[in-house]
Amino acid sequence: MRRRGGDDGGLELGTSAVAVLVVALVAAIGLELLHGSRLSIAKFGWSFWTGRDWDPVSGEFGALPFIWGTFYSSLLALLVAAPVGVGIAVFTTDVVPPRFRRPLAFLAELLAAVPSIVYGLWGIFVLVPVVRGLETVVSRTPLRKLPLFSGPPYGLGMLSAGLILALMVIPYVSSVSREVLQAVPVAQREAAYALGATRWEAIRAALHYGRTGILGAVFLGFGRAFGETMAVTMVIGNNPQLSASLFAPQYSMAAVIANEFSEATGDLYLHALTEIGLVLFVITLLVNAASRLLIWSVQRGPGRVSDGVPAPETIPPARAGEAA
Amino acid sequence: METATMTPSPTTPTHAVSMDARSAPASAPAADAPPLIEIGGFSFWYGPKQALFDIDLRIRERAVTAFIGPSGCGKSTLLRCLNRMNDLIDGVRVEGSVRVQGQDLYGPDVDVVDVRKRLGMVFQKSNPFPKSIFENVVYGLRLQGVKNKGVLRDACEKALRGSALWDEVKDRIEESALSLSGGQMQRLCIARALAVEPEVVLMDEPCSALDPIATAKIEELIFQLKERFTIVIVTHNMQQAARVSDETGFFMLGKLIEFDKTDVIFTRPKQKMTEDYITGRFG
Ligand SMILES: Nc1ncnc2c1ncn2[C@@H]1O[C@H](COP(=O)(O)OP(=O)(O)OP(=O)(O)O)[C@@H](O)[C@H]1O
Ligand SMILES: [Mg+2]
Repeated sequence: MRRRGGDDGGLELGTSAVAVLVVALVAAIGLELLHGSRLSIAKFGWSFWTGRDWDPVSGEFGALPFIWGTFYSSLLALLVAAPVGVGIAVFTTDVVPPRFRRPLAFLAELLAAVPSIVYGLWGIFVLVPVVRGLETVVSRTPLRKLPLFSGPPYGLGMLSAGLILALMVIPYVSSVSREVLQAVPVAQREAAYALGATRWEAIRAALHYGRTGILGAVFLGFGRAFGETMAVTMVIGNNPQLSASLFAPQYSMAAVIANEFSEATGDLYLHALTEIGLVLFVITLLVNAASRLLIWSVQRGPGRVSDGVPAPETIPPARAGEAA
Repeated sequence: METATMTPSPTTPTHAVSMDARSAPASAPAADAPPLIEIGGFSFWYGPKQALFDIDLRIRERAVTAFIGPSGCGKSTLLRCLNRMNDLIDGVRVEGSVRVQGQDLYGPDVDVVDVRKRLGMVFQKSNPFPKSIFENVVYGLRLQGVKNKGVLRDACEKALRGSALWDEVKDRIEESALSLSGGQMQRLCIARALAVEPEVVLMDEPCSALDPIATAKIEELIFQLKERFTIVIVTHNMQQAARVSDETGFFMLGKLIEFDKTDVIFTRPKQKMTEDYITGRFG
């Protein structure tokens, strides 16, 4: 007995140490980024966030086009990935015959294992030409008058970036949504069925029960899309401009760091790039923390769990937490 | 005998010959009206495992019928077969028939959704939706496409009065159902089942998670409800079965051992096993 107690104590100490270490590591990264961007912070202050010019030659650095590009492409990705990802989750928990569920879910999750660069190559060789064709068609219609579809159809640009991001994010959204749906007590679906619900209505009840968790899954996908670098860099067009157009070549925070870091000349330039890294780091951290909180809130079950609402079985922490 | 097969099983289990259940008169005695539900030659399998063996049972209208028996004897299984909730489980198979007003629930053209509207269910653990009290009660009506606010309000009040919850919650029906106490939640679930005006209310150990006061309330409620509804209740509590039910079926190992008027079952059962069980000698 005593010995076991001792072991548990050791284990507890060990895990706490690791936990503290992780937090310390995150803090250290933040500080390091802060330190590495001090020149840029000192020179531009908050105007760094709102400046639209990125001109290394004249030493003018504004990050807005990159922030804009990152948000735009991530939102676009989510617009596609959220319904598709949740759809896959519903499909593989409630619709498909049980023996096909695991294999199908596994296949969907396999998408997450494909290296980013492969997505990028696929994007260049397959997606971009298709998108270009699509854009060409659209720009022949009156739709081109809308800001969303203005400009020449390059193929390389926001639409391609959004779509490739969507593809990369879908496995995250679907696997976490799936866990959330599986954590919804059977009693909820049964309650719906017993009141005369069809299968779809019962699924709706389950989705409603797990809605915060589903939202968390979507947020997690957002965090993921946010930091994604390689594939986006390859298809977004790499042009720092603020444009509402889906067709316009734009830029993202991660992409500009990846492209320009190795050839940045001058300290201010380096510090400006690092500051973009800092902004990315902070936002990603916030988005991930928010999504995790939402998912936990479902796993704990809403409201007064003790009073008869069965707590969902504890499910393993979603493994999709890492954002690049 | 009608046969309905949901999932054909490769291994057809041999039909176990039931012994005592056959020899005992398993039909409701001295019922003047024809029974509302007539279970005939009913067997049930979870995959290869047979859970119910050749059950014959009649349930009278506007009466309370109790199922008792040791854990795992198939009470819940039979109850869930009465509104086809077991369809949701993979690989189950049934044989025999469950006729409600003459119509076989396992017949070929039966609309399962409609069956579940006609035979409502209350579960062992209350399972309110994480919505307002009002939205919980009218959920079934909304499924049926009722949109009129006034109609929904009236139905909600009627159902909550029917489950003796109205006075406690009438000022807070827009609040979350999860803010109710355990006993209130269970009565809410009863109200939710009543709101769709079913013919039958199936209750699976509705009080097992409740304290004695909440239990007493629900028992009283059951007593009132039988004026309007036919009730089938599964319970582990002998006193409860004796108090609330008109007829009682005793099950063991998937077989119906004895079925009779409740006072007969509890005072002069015909089967030794029944007597042993109700006197607490086993189970
Ligand atoms: N989903 C299922 N899959 C396979 N077997 C099941 C399933 N549900 C129940 N069983 C089995 O069927 C038998 C009858 O179970 P049932 O739940 O009907 O018993 P019960 O009489 O309601 O018991 P209790 O009083 O404990 O609720 C048991 O042996 C049980 O293990
Ligand atoms: Mg049971």
